[in-house]
Amino acid sequence: MPCGDSALLVELPDLTAVVAYYRGLTGAGAAASLAVPRGIIDVVPAARTVLVTFDPGTIRPSEVREWLEAAEPLDDVLSSGREVTIEVSYDGPDLAETAQFLRMSEAEMVKLHTESEWTGAFSGFAPGFVYLVTTHERLGVPRRNTPRTGVPAGSVGLAGEFSGVYPRSSPGGWQLIGTTMAVLWDASKPEPALIRPGDRVRFVEA
Amino acid sequence: MGIVVVNPGPLTLVEDLGRNGWASLGLSPSGALDRQALRLANLLVGNPVGAAGLEILLGGLRLRFVTASTVAVAGAEGIVTLNGAGIPLNQPIRVAPGAVLDFGAPLFGLRYYLAVQGGIDAPQLLGSRSTDMLSGEGPAPLKSGEHVGIGRVSAGNGWVSGTGSGARVGILNDVYALPAIRRAPDPGRAIAARVDRGPRADWFDDDSWRRLVSQEWILSPDSNRIGARLMGRPLTQTRLEELPSEGMVLGALQVPPSGLPTVFLADHPVTGGYPVIAVVRRPDLDLFGQARPGQRIRFLG
Repeated sequence: MPCGDSALLVELPDLTAVVAYYRGLTGAGAAASLAVPRGIIDVVPAARTVLVTFDPGTIRPSEVREWLEAAEPLDDVLSSGREVTIEVSYDGPDLAETAQFLRMSEAEMVKLHTESEWTGAFSGFAPGFVYLVTTHERLGVPRRNTPRTGVPAGSVGLAGEFSGVYPRSSPGGWQLIGTTMAVLWDASKPEPALIRPGDRVRFVEA
Repeated sequence: MGIVVVNPGPLTLVEDLGRNGWASLGLSPSGALDRQALRLANLLVGNPVGAAGLEILLGGLRLRFVTASTVAVAGAEGIVTLNGAGIPLNQPIRVAPGAVLDFGAPLFGLRYYLAVQGGIDAPQLLGSRSTDMLSGEGPAPLKSGEHVGIGRVSAGNGWVSGTGSGARVGILNDVYALPAIRRAPDPGRAIAARVDRGPRADWFDDDSWRRLVSQEWILSPDSNRIGARLMGRPLTQTRLEELPSEGMVLGALQVPPSGLPTVFLADHPVTGGYPVIAVVRRPDLDLFGQARPGQRIRFLG
């Protein structure tokens, strides 16, 4: 779908298809990255879409379309994956309540969170914040009824089908199950984001 | 060394042509709202077009130069004085050590752009020195008493043609041999911006498109670097289901349930959950950096 004169929006059936297609387009997670044509500016995955912006002075919309049509989705099994490991202390204020909601013990919930393989799906609400998804929905929980006005940086949370880590202190409605010392966003680094869409993420208990 | 900020005015920011290509990390493109004005100011002092300058909202800025320099002011039009005497806009001006530069309230437009030979020096994030007001990344707004550094003078001869010094993907879309001086918009007249249909134009009734391009919209005072909010007869969404968040482009006209569109500007969120009915053409977006609250806006579709 055209989105002005310098962007195209690709619609996909679901988030799993978005992640696989995004990996296919950008080579994120693949051993040998596919060539992103010159003139492509941004490839932005979201819940059901991938937005591609380009410089119409460098590349024609028809060439962008060809690239989008040629891309093969890369699923989890095929991709070798850049893996990010995050050490978590499972000491979040909502740990007990969330485990109770999920009808499991705290230990079982922590085991499930650390044994699941998570994938960075898309960014949102703050630089470095990435919505992480996994292959099951056994950790699916609703957001808090009243969002907290301040969630500390490094808080590890659950909401809906997602898990995520707050890169900075901000208001937030996620169920907080732990904290990490990992720095999710460091503006002084050439690659400021610890987790990028397409990355695989493993949580380990600190 | 450099420049001392005597008074920052309501909001003075360091901006260059922004950081493109990082939306997948959640980072807005940012950069000068009136890109052509910054480009022109830079060329006038011999900088690469993408050098960092100051974006001065509504004037009020007073600077004292510690070192001698050459500067140029473009964008908004108003009274700018050097040691109390008015200076011409859109021209290079020599500034002696100790000189004081004052920006009066603009009479036309909203944002002045000041280029200093050598560029404004500030820490870079992903190849850009731009302040992003949405995420708070980039240099903080200027404060009283702050020292602003000046970069090293580049070897360029000023009227460079071809591409500038944009990091990573280049200047994109923005290659001009020599930009014409464009007068800041008259606050008493409507500005006109070309639009293309957006990805969710079909979420609105036929009448809405006609309403979008036939009425004069009014710029709301709630507008900022994130978006230009418009007031007028609301648009009617016909598909009422919730739109899963999707990537947003610069210039998107996003329509919330109120039916009143917001034009996404440089510091816009990279994703959003309201349908986009139309997208403003890139060259016409500069106008939204100079439109004043209450200004009339027409969309040409």
